[in-house]
Amino acid sequence: MSIDTTGAIRETGPTEKSTPAAGTLATQGVREARSNRNQVWRRFVRYKPGVFGLVFILLLIGCALAAPLIAPHDPFEIHMRLRGHAPSSEYLLGNDSIGRDILSRLIYGTRVALIVGIGATAIAVTIGVTVGAIAGYFGGWVDFVLSRLVDALMAFPLLALLLTLSAVFGPSLRNAVIVIGCSIWASYARIVRAEVLSLREFDYVLAARAAGASDRRIIARHIVPNALGPVIVLASLAIGGVIILESALSFLGLGVRPPTPSWGAMLADGREFLRRYPHIAIAPGIAIAVTVLAFNLVGDGLRDALDPRVTD
Amino acid sequence: MLSYIINRLFQGAIVVVLVSILTFLVMQAVPGSPVDLMIGKQKVSIEQRKAIEHKWGFDRPWYDQYFTWAGNLVTGNMGESVVRTGEPVSSMIKNAALMTLRLNVLSFFISIAIAIPIGMLAAIKRYSWFDYGSMLGATIGVTIPNYWIALMGIVLFSVKLGWLPPYGADSWKSYILPVFVLAFEEIAALARLTRGATMEVLGQDYVTTARAKGLKEKVVISRHVLRNALLPIITVIGYRIAFILSGTIVVETVFGWPGMGRLFFDSINRLDYQVVQAIVLVLSIVIVVVNILTDLTYALIDPRVRIR
Repeated sequence: MSIDTTGAIRETGPTEKSTPAAGTLATQGVREARSNRNQVWRRFVRYKPGVFGLVFILLLIGCALAAPLIAPHDPFEIHMRLRGHAPSSEYLLGNDSIGRDILSRLIYGTRVALIVGIGATAIAVTIGVTVGAIAGYFGGWVDFVLSRLVDALMAFPLLALLLTLSAVFGPSLRNAVIVIGCSIWASYARIVRAEVLSLREFDYVLAARAAGASDRRIIARHIVPNALGPVIVLASLAIGGVIILESALSFLGLGVRPPTPSWGAMLADGREFLRRYPHIAIAPGIAIAVTVLAFNLVGDGLRDALDPRVTD
Repeated sequence: MLSYIINRLFQGAIVVVLVSILTFLVMQAVPGSPVDLMIGKQKVSIEQRKAIEHKWGFDRPWYDQYFTWAGNLVTGNMGESVVRTGEPVSSMIKNAALMTLRLNVLSFFISIAIAIPIGMLAAIKRYSWFDYGSMLGATIGVTIPNYWIALMGIVLFSVKLGWLPPYGADSWKSYILPVFVLAFEEIAALARLTRGATMEVLGQDYVTTARAKGLKEKVVISRHVLRNALLPIITVIGYRIAFILSGTIVVETVFGWPGMGRLFFDSINRLDYQVVQAIVLVLSIVIVVVNILTDLTYALIDPRVRIR
């Protein structure tokens, strides 16, 4: 909240000096934005599953940050005599195929899931919003070219594209974030373009242009902030999907490299020893499902809160 | 309508060309030359190497190679695999595509047959235990990775009970696990969607009018609600083809199903990039074509789209 306020103050500062009337208008806008935010929060809180999801995500973030404190064992420590041991009081979820503690690996695995889920989505939002805003604002052949690029990206079978790119650039955590982020931005570009098409006709855009603002400033200051609502909803609903994608990549050996604990890679281990040690494959799958569920519930809540028309 | 069709086909053609160029460029970025893969550990002289490069055309600039490749594609010739020497890519893909098609068509119809009635019933009986139960199931259903369901299915039905084969495509029993694993996610997604679409139609004025006219609820549902709710459902089913095809890759790999997905994954691991780029392109064309067909179907059913 404080960052927002300082940002807003910096924004209104110079305007206030030149024209006092514009300054009061701008401050009014800030006040409205704040009450609007409160309203969104109130609506969000009304949707209880969304609150549950949010609490769960906060817990996960806590787990990821404090993994060394919470994890009962070293997630990398190999115990050959404990290979595939069933859950015990010492190792609550049992041991994997080379005797590592599954619970500790699960806890460390939250790091990979959150880094990829949030990191890749952030990259996708950045590229998508930029491309969509440029296409929608300038129109004409710029729009035509960018829109066909978006169409082309959406025509790729996503997982095939990700596997190919990961194989080409080499599997690693960093590459997983980049490759996923650069492959899923098309849908953001599409909705931002649609929003911008209607926003650019508004009088305040005309006013900004008349005041001599550059295209860049109009897009960044006046158009994009107003087009962000649907982007936030889409992003929050997409994070879960990204986490599943990362797990699938790691499951197929083209995501995060071992021995880094990743839920998908743990499932790959479980798959290999499905006959002998079926318990290895159970916990990571549940972890993925519950995490994705939490993000989806928050997304549902945000959608209801930001778009009062939808009553799903 | 005609100009609409032409417009969509034109856009689709551009997208396919773009996809083929992008695919080709990504393959150019592959580290290591395909010649190294071909010769493996054999010792060859520089002249021999040059000869191989020349024979396969690797010594020409990329756009030149692209046009040769694209030109051959138009005639249905996808070239030969560098790694699996001499095997024509098109026959590999043809055999695999048939298996993938069987799997996906089956699971597609099963998911529609299960999801649409559930979604509609949930919307009609809004806030009932059936609504809450099915939507809870659907919400959880879309969050479970399909390959994990596949693993659990193998543990339960193959390892513990011994009813179904965990691997391969030898008998009709081999179909059951992969078909239902693929259908699972679709059922969850489609049921949620159907419920939303039906509920929106139920709130429309013409439904209130139909009820006010004194029509029986059964007639209102079947004639007014069902038909209109199917519109958005058909659209989304069409657009989900990309997800469905992506899902096939993991599921086929887990079950060792001899389809496109497994062929693709094997080819990635063996660095067989001729096959990889051919499969990516074929899948993309399928997605583009299905999307165009979806748009056209939509325009055909709903006159409002055509006029716009």
